[in-house]
Amino acid sequence: MEKKWTAIIEPQKRIFDLNLKEVWQYKDLIWLFVKRDFTTKFKQTILGPLWYIIQPLFTTIVQTFVFGNIAKLPTDGVPQFLFYMAGNVPWAYFSSCLQSTSNTFVGNASVFGKVYFPRLTTPIATVISSLFNFIVQFVMFLGFTLYFFLTGANIHITWVAALTPLFIAQMAILGMGFGIIISSLTTKYRDLQVLVGFGVSLWMYATPVIYSGSTLSPKLYSLMMLNPMAPIIELLRYGWLGSGTLPLLYWGISLITTFIVLFIGIIIFNKVEKTFMDTV
Amino acid sequence: MDERDIAIKITGLKKKYRLGVIGGGTLKGDIESWLAKKRGKDDPNSKLGSKTYEKNETFMALDGINLTVNKGERLGIIGHNGAGKSTLLKILSRVTAPTEGRICIDGRISSMLEVGTGFSGELTGRENIYLNGAILGMTRAEVTSKIDQIIEFSECAQFIDTPVKRYSSGMYVKLAFAVAAHLDSEILVMDEVLAVGDMKFQQKCLGKMSDVSSSEGRTVLYVSHNMSTIRQLCSRCVVLDHGKLVYDGEVENAIAIYSDIRKGEKKPKIDLRNAIRYKDLKMMRQVSFLTAEFLDKEETVFDVDETVRLKLTLDSKIDIHRAKIRLGIYDIYNRKIASAICDNVGSIHKGGNEVTLDISFEGLAEGTYRGELIVFDNNDYGTIMEYDIVLEAFFFELKHPLMEYNWNARKWGAVRLTDMKKI
Repeated sequence: MEKKWTAIIEPQKRIFDLNLKEVWQYKDLIWLFVKRDFTTKFKQTILGPLWYIIQPLFTTIVQTFVFGNIAKLPTDGVPQFLFYMAGNVPWAYFSSCLQSTSNTFVGNASVFGKVYFPRLTTPIATVISSLFNFIVQFVMFLGFTLYFFLTGANIHITWVAALTPLFIAQMAILGMGFGIIISSLTTKYRDLQVLVGFGVSLWMYATPVIYSGSTLSPKLYSLMMLNPMAPIIELLRYGWLGSGTLPLLYWGISLITTFIVLFIGIIIFNKVEKTFMDTV
Repeated sequence: MDERDIAIKITGLKKKYRLGVIGGGTLKGDIESWLAKKRGKDDPNSKLGSKTYEKNETFMALDGINLTVNKGERLGIIGHNGAGKSTLLKILSRVTAPTEGRICIDGRISSMLEVGTGFSGELTGRENIYLNGAILGMTRAEVTSKIDQIIEFSECAQFIDTPVKRYSSGMYVKLAFAVAAHLDSEILVMDEVLAVGDMKFQQKCLGKMSDVSSSEGRTVLYVSHNMSTIRQLCSRCVVLDHGKLVYDGEVENAIAIYSDIRKGEKKPKIDLRNAIRYKDLKMMRQVSFLTAEFLDKEETVFDVDETVRLKLTLDSKIDIHRAKIRLGIYDIYNRKIASAICDNVGSIHKGGNEVTLDISFEGLAEGTYRGELIVFDNNDYGTIMEYDIVLEAFFFELKHPLMEYNWNARKWGAVRLTDMKKI
């Protein structure tokens, strides 16, 4: 009788040898990583978690001043401050997911080189800890929305707002998908690490964060909407502020793109994690 | 052997590393090299004059390892630097994948290639126990059920709620080891982690390891250069050399083989020109040993009471009038245990010289030894000037023809005094 082994180690042959069940077995580790990120982030800072709020608040104020008051970009009749914050907060979440997961292999090489655990736990934990940031910031955004609503600004909630959890999940998956692809490639080529930083900030301009989709020509609009992040931001703004366009079809494409990216990401990641210690 | 008793089964394991620089390091560099190759030009990224490694020039860190470890065994793995020990452990701990071959594992495996992997300085000792435990594969519930034992074992109870960045390095190690020692996994892989920490704690850890192995039937794989911990902990030992398994079995035998793995065959004629020498000679090696030959011998295995004849050839750049030769003897634990001197070598002339010596090893116990050769001289004030020191001149084995049992060199020493006589 052939013996049943707990684990078999062999040179990887199959591409789809994913073993996602194992990641689930290590859920406690994911949780502890999140907790570690949380505790270590604001140790020895005076303002502590207040930084979560200060960051997007100041970005929004500066954008309101530069793009709203100096460049005078139209904001679909929504108060400029709210308009920019509605773009900013989700974009910040996406970019932090992407940037922090893109460092998975190189940043954790010392731990990965010494002990085995499913490597996917690290990017997942990163995405979850960024989620806490995002939730705090989003609550702040809702607070401002309520304030502007009560003071009679021209905003109203639409049914699309109910899809918010879906949008958040999609941003997390998209950010992580791109992040792990980049992290897998940076084990060999460090160029990408440099690229990520300014690539993400350039990407922001291809996304309706500081401008509205409605200000673009139809041709440019459909081109931009192929950017998977564009429909998400546009829809979030439509949902909570009732302004801008409703690109539901493009969102469908964006969802498909998201899953393709995640799929490719996990496959590359899985392939690299087995031997990256030899090349990193 | 019943398959159910096997904890780890390794078959045909190989690990290949590519030599030279892996890739250009940058995407641009790789594309350039690739384009150049396509066009049949020289690689713009290869350094001029440097030895270029062919693409398929490789290094086998592990070259076909077959090994079966049974449940509850404490297996020691020894070998010289570069023998492949760490690579083996890395593959076992799934840090890197093998190139060929396969390992079947029955039971959860935890590896400690380093103490305190993943410790975060900002977290307290307690939080780090949870984190480290989880990294090593424990669930929260498991850690919670053992946390009191872990804290007690670590001897850090007083500081357990202090961030570990304030810990002394000793405390850090103790805490880290305490976590690992309380893992529930059936197989524990350790790489020389006990080299840190004080003696008392080391002993405590070794005790704990033996305990878990014998009482709970857990399997331990332990790599070390410290033979005494290997002896204390392991029930079986393998020796690796150049990626191959050269011995598998008794701990003492393994250590003996490890100690003289370099000796090669016990050839009676030895070329000393490239032997390992003492480097910082004051006299600039004006005299050099060339060869050593044991006359009328097939191999360097002698009876304890035998007198052997050793012919040495030396090359000299100067004339020495009252040259002397010393033979130093080391045991397999690399302890120098005796020296023999020939005071009347006489004069050594410029050019080639030949010296033949009669040597008796009487007094030494049976076992394997290493000989060291020194040619020296002294001035009128008794100061010694050494011209050449060959640290590893030859290896030899002494046999006692009338022994019914083995001489235990580790416990009994290397000198066997004249046997006591019953009156």
